[in-house]
Amino acid sequence: MTDAVLTQSPESPGVDDVAVTVPHSTRDARAAEYVARFESIERAAEPLWLGAQRRAAIETFAQLGFPTSRNEDWHFTSVSPLLDRAYAPRDAGTSGLSAHDIAPYMFAGDWQTLVFLNGHYMSHLSRITSGAGVFVGPVSAALKDDLYARLVERHLGGLADTRTHAFSALNAAFAGDGAFVHVPPETVAPHNVHLLFVTDDSAAGALVSPRNLIVLGHHAEATVMESYVSIGNANYFTNSVTEVYVADCARLRHYKIQRESASAYHVGSWYANQGRSCAYEAFSFAIGADLSRTNIATLLDGEGSHVSLDGLYLVNGDQTVDHQTSVIHAKENCTSHELYKGVLDGDSHAVFNGKVYVHPEAQKTDGKQSNNNLLLSEGAHVDTKPQLEIYADDVKCTHGATIGPVDSTALFYLKSRGIGPEIALRLLTYAFAAEVLEELTIPEVRDELERLAFERFAVGA
Amino acid sequence: MLDITSLRAGIAEREILKGIDLNVKAGEVHAVMGPNGSGKSTLAQVLAGNPAYEVLGGSAMYLGEELLELEPEIRAQKGIFLAFQYPVEIPGVTNAYFLRSAYNEIRKARGEEEVDPLEFLDIVEDRMKLVEMDSSMLNRSVNAGFSGGEKKRNEILQMAVLQPKLAILDETDSGLDIDALRIVAGGVNALRRPDNATIVVTHYQRLLNYIVPDFVHVLANGRIVRSGGKELALELEERGYDWLLDAA
Repeated sequence: MTDAVLTQSPESPGVDDVAVTVPHSTRDARAAEYVARFESIERAAEPLWLGAQRRAAIETFAQLGFPTSRNEDWHFTSVSPLLDRAYAPRDAGTSGLSAHDIAPYMFAGDWQTLVFLNGHYMSHLSRITSGAGVFVGPVSAALKDDLYARLVERHLGGLADTRTHAFSALNAAFAGDGAFVHVPPETVAPHNVHLLFVTDDSAAGALVSPRNLIVLGHHAEATVMESYVSIGNANYFTNSVTEVYVADCARLRHYKIQRESASAYHVGSWYANQGRSCAYEAFSFAIGADLSRTNIATLLDGEGSHVSLDGLYLVNGDQTVDHQTSVIHAKENCTSHELYKGVLDGDSHAVFNGKVYVHPEAQKTDGKQSNNNLLLSEGAHVDTKPQLEIYADDVKCTHGATIGPVDSTALFYLKSRGIGPEIALRLLTYAFAAEVLEELTIPEVRDELERLAFERFAVGA
Repeated sequence: MLDITSLRAGIAEREILKGIDLNVKAGEVHAVMGPNGSGKSTLAQVLAGNPAYEVLGGSAMYLGEELLELEPEIRAQKGIFLAFQYPVEIPGVTNAYFLRSAYNEIRKARGEEEVDPLEFLDIVEDRMKLVEMDSSMLNRSVNAGFSGGEKKRNEILQMAVLQPKLAILDETDSGLDIDALRIVAGGVNALRRPDNATIVVTHYQRLLNYIVPDFVHVLANGRIVRSGGKELALELEERGYDWLLDAA
């Protein structure tokens, strides 16, 4: 395996060498369909400010359109697959989904679970208990309560980049229900929170736009897991946004498990803002979807804070998995640690783009970033692009990326002990992935992800 | 047990073994000695089936079957074991899991029941005494961060667990201090039985003070240039290899 530590970003791609696979006309026509759909949707009564946000967002989206590969952030990933049709939001309909159907996706132990089906909150399947002044529930419910409605209004839309990011604008325009998690100052959330977004076969052609909001007061602590799962194999488009406020001295663990249907498209964007001396631990686990894109951006806006951005993606067939992370060090003495690992089989494609920006006043920044990829086949490929932009002079920042096949010496070592090639390959793949899973501190989460990772390559390479 | 005739093998189009003949019977210990670059390790790797080496000719009949045509895992399942000169580190896989997987794969191949983790723990802890290893080593990643001596002891532990018919020890003494050497050799001797055999590949005679061979073969430039009893090793220790190379 080659270990290339890149010391500078590759040149920005030129415009001339870019292949545009979808004609502009199709791309524009599709965007226009979404805009037209926005006008025709009948919405239930909602606060004026929310309607104004939607209106502003669809206008921005109409201007931006879907990104082309000329957009530097979309250079390696083409959105053309999801331009195959205009996905549309769905009514709640009548769901036959039972507790039994979703049982395999629930966590054992002490979790509060909010269940959404095809974008709609399912109160009868959710398990929430209130306590300690913590609010965990759908945004729709929060808006009906004076206190929480004010909190939602103050925070929702405050962080998401709906000005330059077409998918975040699209989410803001079509936002369905989502979760609101509010942990007041000096409070430790008594339960871990699981946001379970389920789609079933009736979601074919659906645009599912969850809009989540997590607000932690100072010295608060919480764990929030977002799961995206599919019962069936429908072709739909999940476009979610989560805004995250981590106040001074607070600590949030924020995880995502993306196991959408193999025909689905997934774009998930997290926008975080961190105060002083706080910690934000984000983990992205991706095995599903035909095309998935995860954007995670955080602003370290107080001294002495920490962010860890870790992830593991396991893909095969024709899957594309794309992670884009952005860390802005705006204040002194902050640390950012990032480890993304990927295992690719078949003709799959992975993209990793990690940006770390160090503001002139962010002295004593400590930034580490690595992206390591294991290729199990000839057909798989990876585009990885760590980027550092440093404007302070007293900082410690490193980044590196590796792409390579399984270590043949290790493979032979296992075989020489009687272990056949399939199990040997699984063991080595698992061992490669294990390093990043060890970052997970909640046993049932780590166990579940280890199980999913191990099963993902059950049938050898 | 093993009958090697005219074995030729190499790596990257370079012929290293240029015609090896060697016959090993059950119950015997054979030492293969020779200077650096003589092909000793190549012989060990080729017998274990390392795909990095190419067999160019000859045969190696093992218990009536052509060994050279078998995949490495099949050879292991049939009782071949190579103690590596440079044991491989596998971060992320615990020693316990690795050993149990190997043990169960070999049992499956023999048509025997797999053992569960608890049963296996009894077996492995018993064998660990043989190489004076602490049971905490079981929960560490395979060879990762092990000292040179710990790695070699771990190789012998694997051998003790897998109970091979034919064990090939490749430079097992290299990098060992005298205590570790004694422990490793003690382990190997304890595993000797009338129905198994050992090939000890070594540059120096000192390991042979502890693992006493029945036969000593000197390999030079890809051929066995001299075979004899254990006294040949002592002669090599005294005179070096040059006199044999000149003769060859």
